[in-house]
Amino acid sequence: MSYYQPGIECASQEQIKKWQDERLVKQVQHVWDSVPYYRKKMEEVGVSPADIQSAADLHKLPFLTKDDLRECYPYGLLAKPLSECIRIQSTSGTTGKRVVAFYTQHDIDLWEDCCARAIMAAGGTNEDVCHVSYGYGLFTGGPGLNGGSHKVGCLTLPMSSGNTERQLQFMVDLGSTILCCTPSYAAYLGESAQEAGLQDKLKLKAGIFGAEAWTEEMRRDIEKKLGIKAYDIYGLTEISGPGVSFECEEQTGMHINEDHFIAEIINPETGEVLPEGEKGELVFTSITKEAFPLLRYRTRDICVLSRKKCSCGRTHVKMSKPMGRSDDMLIIRGVNVFPSQIETVLLAQGFPPNYQIIVDRVNNTDTFDINVEMPPEIFSDTVRDVTAREKELVAALKAMLGIVAKVHLMAPKSIQRSEGKAVRVVDKRKLF
Amino acid sequence: MSVRQISIFVENQTGLLSEVTSLLSENKVNLRALSIADTSDFGILRIIVENVDDAAAILRENGFTYTITDVLAVAMRDEAGGLSEILDVLSEAEIALEYAYAFLLQKAGEACLIIRVGDNDAAEAALAKAGIKVASQEELF
Repeated sequence: MSYYQPGIECASQEQIKKWQDERLVKQVQHVWDSVPYYRKKMEEVGVSPADIQSAADLHKLPFLTKDDLRECYPYGLLAKPLSECIRIQSTSGTTGKRVVAFYTQHDIDLWEDCCARAIMAAGGTNEDVCHVSYGYGLFTGGPGLNGGSHKVGCLTLPMSSGNTERQLQFMVDLGSTILCCTPSYAAYLGESAQEAGLQDKLKLKAGIFGAEAWTEEMRRDIEKKLGIKAYDIYGLTEISGPGVSFECEEQTGMHINEDHFIAEIINPETGEVLPEGEKGELVFTSITKEAFPLLRYRTRDICVLSRKKCSCGRTHVKMSKPMGRSDDMLIIRGVNVFPSQIETVLLAQGFPPNYQIIVDRVNNTDTFDINVEMPPEIFSDTVRDVTAREKELVAALKAMLGIVAKVHLMAPKSIQRSEGKAVRVVDKRKLF
Repeated sequence: MSVRQISIFVENQTGLLSEVTSLLSENKVNLRALSIADTSDFGILRIIVENVDDAAAILRENGFTYTITDVLAVAMRDEAGGLSEILDVLSEAEIALEYAYAFLLQKAGEACLIIRVGDNDAAEAALAKAGIKVASQEELF
C-alpha cells in the first residue's frame, strides 16, 4: 500500500478536524478581506468572520452557486492580485458565459498533489508510464492529471484526447501502464484495441477515469477490455479540477481531500445541512485555495458521504458516485450541457424554443439528438435553403456547446407543446 | 403571370406524408400537381391547388409548416422534345433552374411544366420570345 502523502491521507479524524477548523477560519478572513462580492453576501445574512470559529460554524455562511460565478465573470471572485495568479482553467459555460477559475502557483501545487494522491491510490509509482488522454487546454482534466503524474514521478505522456490510432500506437510502443481519460473514451480505446488486435500488447494496469457519470457495468466492461483496474476520480473546475476526490483499491466511493476541501450534504430545496449518510446535494468549501477560494459552493451533484473505515488506510471521508443532479445540467461526452444553452442558440438562429433533447448511450458512447421545430418563417420551398439553415444551426450549437448534436427538423405539431412542465430532456442512459 | 405553389414541410417518418394528403382530401382540396423533394432527414411536398388561400388555412389550422412560392406553369407539348425545348430556352437565357416537375393537362396532347427559377419575369420573357406560353392558376383548372 503506498500513499503520496501518508501523513495527511491517513491522518486521525482529530487531526483532520483541526486542519479544517484552523484553515476555514483563516480562509473566511481572507475572502472577507479580498472578495467584496462575498463579503456583501455575508453582510446580507449578518455574518462576519468573528462568527466562524470552527468548521461547525460553516453552516452560517451563505452559499455560492454557478449563477454567482456567472455574475462575477471574470474577475469578481478573485481573491489575489493578478500579479500572483499564474493560470486560468475554464468550464464549458452556459448561455455563452464560461466559468473561469484562477490559480496561484501554490494553488496549482495543491491541485497537483491531489491528483498525485489519486494516481498513487491507483497503484502508480515513479516506475509507471502515465498516459494522459484527457483534453489539455482550458479543460482541467489534462493539466491536472499531467501535474499529478509529474509529482509521482511517472513518465508522463501528454497525449490529450483524440487520434485513437496514435494513442494505441504510443501505448504499445512506450508501454503505458496507467491511462487517464473519460470513461467513455476508455471504453472506446478498449474496443479499438480489440479491433486492432492489440490487446495482448498493452501493458496497462490501471485507469483513472472521470469527468462524466459511469455505471458499475461500464467499469467492468472497461476493466475487461483493457485488462486493468478502473478507478473513479471526481472534481470540478470551480473547486480546482480533478482530484477533489478519488477512488482507492476498495472501489467503494471516492476519498475527498479533506485537508483542502470541506464537504457538506444539504437538502437542495431548503439548504439545510443533512446528517452523514443522508442523500443530498454536495457542497464544497475550499480551505486552502488562494486565488479562487469558493465558500460553500453548491455542486448540484446529489450524493452520500460516508466515514466508514476504509481498508486502504485512508481516513478521509468518502463520497458516493453522484446519483443525479439537482439542476437540469446534462453531462454529454464529458461536456456540461444546459438545456438553456440550446434554447439560446435556437432563438438566435430564428427557431422557436420548442425542442426536445434525446440523450442515449450506445456502445458506451453518448448519443446527442435534438428535435427542433421548423417554423414557417425560415422554411423554404428549396431543399438547399432548408439544409443550409439546418447546417447553420448545427454549427451554432457546436460553437456554444463544444460538442456536435444531431439535429432533426420536425413539424411544429410533432413536438409536445409545453402544458405545465414540458419534457425538454429525454435521458435514456441509465447512469445513476 | 405566375402560379402560387404551396410547399409543405414533412418529417421523414412513416405516415407523415399521408397525413398531409388525407387532410387535404378530407377538406376537398383538389391537387392538380405535386412533387416531393426529400433528404435523409426531411421532405418538402410541393403542390398546386386551385384555391391556395383555403388550402393554406387548413394547413395552418392543423399545425403544418408551409410556405407559398410563385412559380411558372409552362405549357409543354406532350411529345418527345417538349421538355428540352423549354430547358434550352432557359439555359440560353442563363436562367438557373431550382427545380421542375411536370403533369398532364386534361386536354389531350398538352402538358405543363412547373418551374422554379430565381427571376420569374426574366424567364417568362425568354419563354415568350421563343413562343412558349405560361399559364395562370385558373387556366390549370
